[in-house]
Amino acid sequence: MSALTATPKRARRDSDGLRPDRPWLGTDRRHSLTGWGFLLPAAVLIVLVSFVPMIQAFILSLQTGRGTQLDFADPLWYNYQRLFGDEIFKQTVGNTFIYLIIQVPIMLILAMVLANLLNNPNLRFKAFWRTAIFLPCAVSLVSYSLVFRTMFANDGFVNDFLAAFGAEPVNWLGEADTARFVLILGLLWRWTGFNMIFFLAGLQNIDRSTIEAARMDGANALQTFWRVTVPQLRPIILLTAIMSTNGTLQLFDESWALTRGGPAYASMSMSHYLYEVSFQRNPNFGYGAALAYVILVLVAVLAFIQLRVGDKRD
Amino acid sequence: MTSVIKRLRGLPGYLFLGIWTIFSLFPLYFMAVSATNSSRDVLASRLVPGAELFTNVAKLFAAQDVAAAMGSSFAIAIGTTVLALFICSIAGFGFEVYHSKGKDVLMGVLLLAMMIPFAATMIPLFQAFAKLGLVNSLFAVIVPSVSTPLLILLFRQSSRSFPSEILEAARMDGLNEFSIFARIYVPTMRATFAAAGVITFMTAWNNYLWPRVILIKNDVQTMPMLIVNLSAGYVTDYGVLMLAVLLASLPTVVVFLALQRSFANGVTGAIK
Repeated sequence: MSALTATPKRARRDSDGLRPDRPWLGTDRRHSLTGWGFLLPAAVLIVLVSFVPMIQAFILSLQTGRGTQLDFADPLWYNYQRLFGDEIFKQTVGNTFIYLIIQVPIMLILAMVLANLLNNPNLRFKAFWRTAIFLPCAVSLVSYSLVFRTMFANDGFVNDFLAAFGAEPVNWLGEADTARFVLILGLLWRWTGFNMIFFLAGLQNIDRSTIEAARMDGANALQTFWRVTVPQLRPIILLTAIMSTNGTLQLFDESWALTRGGPAYASMSMSHYLYEVSFQRNPNFGYGAALAYVILVLVAVLAFIQLRVGDKRD
Repeated sequence: MTSVIKRLRGLPGYLFLGIWTIFSLFPLYFMAVSATNSSRDVLASRLVPGAELFTNVAKLFAAQDVAAAMGSSFAIAIGTTVLALFICSIAGFGFEVYHSKGKDVLMGVLLLAMMIPFAATMIPLFQAFAKLGLVNSLFAVIVPSVSTPLLILLFRQSSRSFPSEILEAARMDGLNEFSIFARIYVPTMRATFAAAGVITFMTAWNNYLWPRVILIKNDVQTMPMLIVNLSAGYVTDYGVLMLAVLLASLPTVVVFLALQRSFANGVTGAIK
């Protein structure tokens, strides 16, 4: 959890002579300065590639114009106003939330169930299952997108497979609902194993005796899972939920390469629309930056809500 | 008798694992096998290896400069990994071994950067590199990902196990602080370096959006860009496309299979 709460319980180095209350203050000062020197390049780079551009993007979002001919808009919030009247933007927000609400919970539950199965000490061929389920993580997003695009082509494998059972071919990428379905299926394929690894790491920290005690008391496997295992996994659930939400709000590659946002804008993600606005046809950096800020605010707000809900039950 | 019942009780679990494994592996099998088939056979759902591999190779190399894209992708992935390992490991070392309150505060601030979506920094980053005349350079592709809060955190967390006795002993021996880092810390933290290296290499190799934005001319492209360009034409040759996707995936799949443990430790390491 320390990834999110910044200062976790940590072993303080009280005994190794690095604290300023030791007599040889000069050396300490020097060591402390050396420490700052060591972390300086990393810190400066993060400021330059993350924080500074973030502020610049906000200023940019208040400007209008093409290319380098940018002026402050009148009113200043013009780009934001325009966003709220932009039907395509609303469509992409809707699409992103469909992915978020349907895909993330299904994926996290599947990941938890798979991790629980793999954590069973009596399971055979454990390494094989783990590798097979984890393997999709090795493939790039655009690579798997193109494999799925090929399999779900009109005359592709999936329709041939369905035809073998006498089913009618489906125009997978040509209809709004089926295009979104294929995209969600792709996300499940690529990310379930990734999240499973987090749950596996979490399960290894759980005392097995709590599970065995529950079984002794007559709880069945499902009850034990929901009442004993899941509550102990809460920090991992919170972490994976925040990561997945963050990732879904920034979804780009699949929308770009798998469905190409289509049909029309029916499966396009917010980041895909941002790219289109900023770098295609008539690039409009100011409008793109405003869109980026909506994504930024959504990421922050949803993470905040999740942290609140996740911590409340403690 | 009881063992049979036990076996049966495990059956739904095995069934579920089996189904998910098939779902997991099938697209990869489909990709590999289709690389050896003609486009017509791919669409006819031929699921056994064919004899078209060399034809596909010839067509692919005629249509796209695969060697150049492979070269760019390797240069970007290796360059990012080497720089990120150096910058983030020495920072993690600095944060933990020379621990102080001020550094904790700074770490907290840097961690906030993890929550900034790339979308929000992409346009100003593009403008900045354009101003510096670095658009279309591999340097511009690499720089934004060489210092990441996640890697610093990973190194900081594992530095906790770095014994302070060694540090003191090394100082007594007259080693300066950088030598302690280079000659003692780096070899001791080999496992962390492997984990961090694997995730950085794979992320850099697979990255698509930023290279797509900053490499605006078509003469410099990465493997992920190459395969998307290949699929964008009016008629797609699916055999050739699947071969290209296979080539684009092989380096990361090989790294993954060889260093799976390290990869798993890398993605989960920072949470421990």
